[in-house]
Amino acid sequence: MTERIPLLHRNALPLLALLLWCGAGLATAEPAIDTATPAPSVEAAANASPAPHPALALIGGSFNARAAAARQLASSGEPQAVAILEALLGGQLYGGGEPPQLVIKQGSAFSDALSGAALAELPTGARKIPVNNSLRGQLRDLLATLSLRHSDPQVRRDAALRLLGNAADGRYQPLLAELLTSEQHPEVRQALLLVQALGQLGSGSEQQQAVAVDTLADSLQPEIRNALEVLASADGASADGNPTLAAAARTAADAIDARIQRFQLLENIFFGLSLGSVLLLAAIGLAITFGVMGVINMAHGELIMIGAYTTYSIQLLLPNHISLALLLSIPAAFVVSGLVGIAIERGIIRHLYGRPLETLLATFGVSLILQQAVRSIYSPLNRAVSSPEWLSGSWQINPVFALTWNRLYILFFALAVFAALWLVLKHTRLGLQVRAVAQNRGMARAIGVRASRVDALTFGLGSGIAGVAGVALSQLTNVGPNLGQDYIIDSFLVVVFGGVGNLWGTLVGAFGLGIINKFLEPWAGAMLAKILVLIAIILFIQKRPRGLFPQKGRAAEG
Amino acid sequence: MNMKRIASGIAAAGLASGLTLASWMAQAEETIKVGILHSLSGTMAISETTLKDTMLMLIDEQNKKGGLLGKKLEPVVVDPASNWPLFAEKTRELLTKDKVAAIFGCWTSVSRKSVLPVVEELNGLLFYPVQYEGEESSRNVFYTGAAPNQQAIPAVDYLMNDVGVKRWVLAGTDYVYPRTTNKILEAYLLAKGVAKEDILINYTPFGHSDWQNIVADIKRFGSAGKKTAVVSTINGDANVPFYRELANQGISAEAIPVVAFSVGEEELSGLDAKPLVGHLAAWNYFMSVEDPANAAFIKQWQAFTKNPKRVSNDPMEAHYIGFNMWVKAVEKAGTTDTDKVAEAIIGVKVPNLSGGTSEMLANHHITKPVLIGEIQEDGQFQTVWQTEGLVPGDAWSDFLEGSKDIVADWTAPIKCGNYNSKTKVCSGQNF
Repeated sequence: MTERIPLLHRNALPLLALLLWCGAGLATAEPAIDTATPAPSVEAAANASPAPHPALALIGGSFNARAAAARQLASSGEPQAVAILEALLGGQLYGGGEPPQLVIKQGSAFSDALSGAALAELPTGARKIPVNNSLRGQLRDLLATLSLRHSDPQVRRDAALRLLGNAADGRYQPLLAELLTSEQHPEVRQALLLVQALGQLGSGSEQQQAVAVDTLADSLQPEIRNALEVLASADGASADGNPTLAAAARTAADAIDARIQRFQLLENIFFGLSLGSVLLLAAIGLAITFGVMGVINMAHGELIMIGAYTTYSIQLLLPNHISLALLLSIPAAFVVSGLVGIAIERGIIRHLYGRPLETLLATFGVSLILQQAVRSIYSPLNRAVSSPEWLSGSWQINPVFALTWNRLYILFFALAVFAALWLVLKHTRLGLQVRAVAQNRGMARAIGVRASRVDALTFGLGSGIAGVAGVALSQLTNVGPNLGQDYIIDSFLVVVFGGVGNLWGTLVGAFGLGIINKFLEPWAGAMLAKILVLIAIILFIQKRPRGLFPQKGRAAEG
Repeated sequence: MNMKRIASGIAAAGLASGLTLASWMAQAEETIKVGILHSLSGTMAISETTLKDTMLMLIDEQNKKGGLLGKKLEPVVVDPASNWPLFAEKTRELLTKDKVAAIFGCWTSVSRKSVLPVVEELNGLLFYPVQYEGEESSRNVFYTGAAPNQQAIPAVDYLMNDVGVKRWVLAGTDYVYPRTTNKILEAYLLAKGVAKEDILINYTPFGHSDWQNIVADIKRFGSAGKKTAVVSTINGDANVPFYRELANQGISAEAIPVVAFSVGEEELSGLDAKPLVGHLAAWNYFMSVEDPANAAFIKQWQAFTKNPKRVSNDPMEAHYIGFNMWVKAVEKAGTTDTDKVAEAIIGVKVPNLSGGTSEMLANHHITKPVLIGEIQEDGQFQTVWQTEGLVPGDAWSDFLEGSKDIVADWTAPIKCGNYNSKTKVCSGQNF
């Protein structure tokens, strides 16, 4: 009861009467139905002015007082309790003003938290009610206990699994037993049984413990694995140790470990593919400009950066439609980066064909100019690009294996860009001309291909794809003036490793490097893994100077 | 200073005398030059440009108050372009060509280390405003940012005592500040009885962007049933993908809080703060601190930058303190002469922006409060803990072998930056 004391100070006697009246109901975790009956409120109100709503205690006070108020509210059985606590957790609950009011903010609309009535604006004096980590944790626990009877089975299941963290002491056992008698949904039942078994593992009879080990043996929940581990290592040595039970727990824990290992391997492969897809996106434009045209374009990274800034600019224009802005950014970034690329080609590179060193220096200069231009236009600070809802979070396949949505989408996006580019090169007139000019410039011109126009368009295509890569990267990393620099070296590595002039080489090179990197990282560390990969590539290039898939034919000899 | 300056300013003096009423107008052609050594281009421009603007504002404000010693202050801005050797060159230029009275500058430790021999050789003054790894005290440098005992150690104490953290991930970018800080923290944790297997140390390259494995490792490390926290010395740009990955892999701040030493309001303004809500940072100043001096400072700053949404941050406050200390010391010494100012500044007290008074100590570090804040959705911090009083900066960590016996004291009779209190010997070096 001590946690309610601060509340008593504030709300004085009327509330005390109320509290005493429903004290028994408050002690349990489940909502007390008693308070819903009007009688006590009427009695209390008769003594003084109407008792302030318990939720109002959330305004002001220390975090501890607020936590006590939240517990009080959760156990009060108020119908709005869940909505209020959820708003508090999400930082959407405002409070204050005279008389004190609780307001829930949803988007740009406000509503009174207690009556549900819509409000035109935030009452004067109302401020956002702050929460901290420990309060957030407590709120989640409270909401979990309140959601165990929710109508949506998914919510019930999540709520049950949330209890795993606190299940070991057995305090939920009566509640669980009661819930299990009425619960029909198989998944929710399974979750409840797990929580029950975990509680019995710690505090049940020997018989119960043995059954619990059996029930828990299939679960991948970390709390369960830890509990089994504790039981397994307590064999015989301690007074309450039971060798057979400990052995059973050991077998179960080992089986779980083996499964976790397998999922870790899968996870690592996914990480590698994901890194590979980022490398592929960054390098694929370069595979055109460097691979097909032979231009060493040091400003390639900045073309990626321009794509990312295009995403940012479009998001500024459409602040309320993040998804739409992101989708629109793909063509927009292609066009903007492509045009910049064409301008670079027409303005500078055109005059330097056949002089690789000068091209390298000139494009390096261009990259510095573009970086500083972005600093001047947008400020040297990084810009915030928000992710739409469907790109955040992860696809939780089981408790130890999840794929993050943004990485998954980018993996498919990279493959789609690759396929599109491949189709353009193989099945369009432009692609035919590009390949013709790349293979034999003189012959191509002799049969009527306007080589300089094709050069400009090819460079524009490569640059445009760099811009598209920028859109994807804006969802993973910083949008800032240095974005391009971080990817330029990797891009060249991929193209050289895969074989200059070969799109498939770029594909295999990117995924190969990604996976090698991710398998080295766990035991070598991120820093050393990078160095090892570089050394491996140097050795590889010594052996096969033309990369994995060398270009065959006349162009390769040039 | 600069008595031999040619009289090219006589015309200006005439003009000035027409404009000013004060009796010191005859000297008006003479200014006190203040060097500003912050990168305005390159990787570090992201952080350092703000500090250049802060200095311009502070100097401007001081001039409005009538300057210093009856002279106007004149800022000399140079751009070392995030290029460490260029920092040394530009320092030489500021001290020999422009003859500045003091330099305010540097951000990374490596830039400070490259400037150090030059300011010592030419006997200049450098005010360094950023939290750093300690293990240094130069006669010519004043450290107005936090030493490890003013940021890292209190943050760990908070997590250990108030949050109940039992397992620790020390994650950092691979360079001198994180490596030294983590060495100190590891020694501190081991001394506090944390088992070796409960500490995971991880380094990543600058600008690391693929955090998948590392975050997965942290998740696994944190699922062993003991409360786990990440102490992050991850620098600048790498933070955004790190926090994004944390959020996407479903690690919330309640489950595994991350306390960062390099993430401030300025960095948060450049990213979507939603995935970071609840994670922690330890600083000596937050923009959200409710204090009249801070409110006035923010108002002035937003007016100066003509941006009502512009944020302030900890290194800015360090410059605010450092600049005011220098001004006071010059007034006290009555001259801008390096030796006299360096002597006068020790013991100088100026108000800081979080409601206290900071003092320059004999070891060239200052006293500061330590605040721990949780990141809010709007990119501001909510203070959840702060030290009772001010914490004096400690140049040499008490938790490292070879450093715990060393003290820095620039007052008589020791007058040494690394005096061994056991052998009673000053190593003779200035740092």
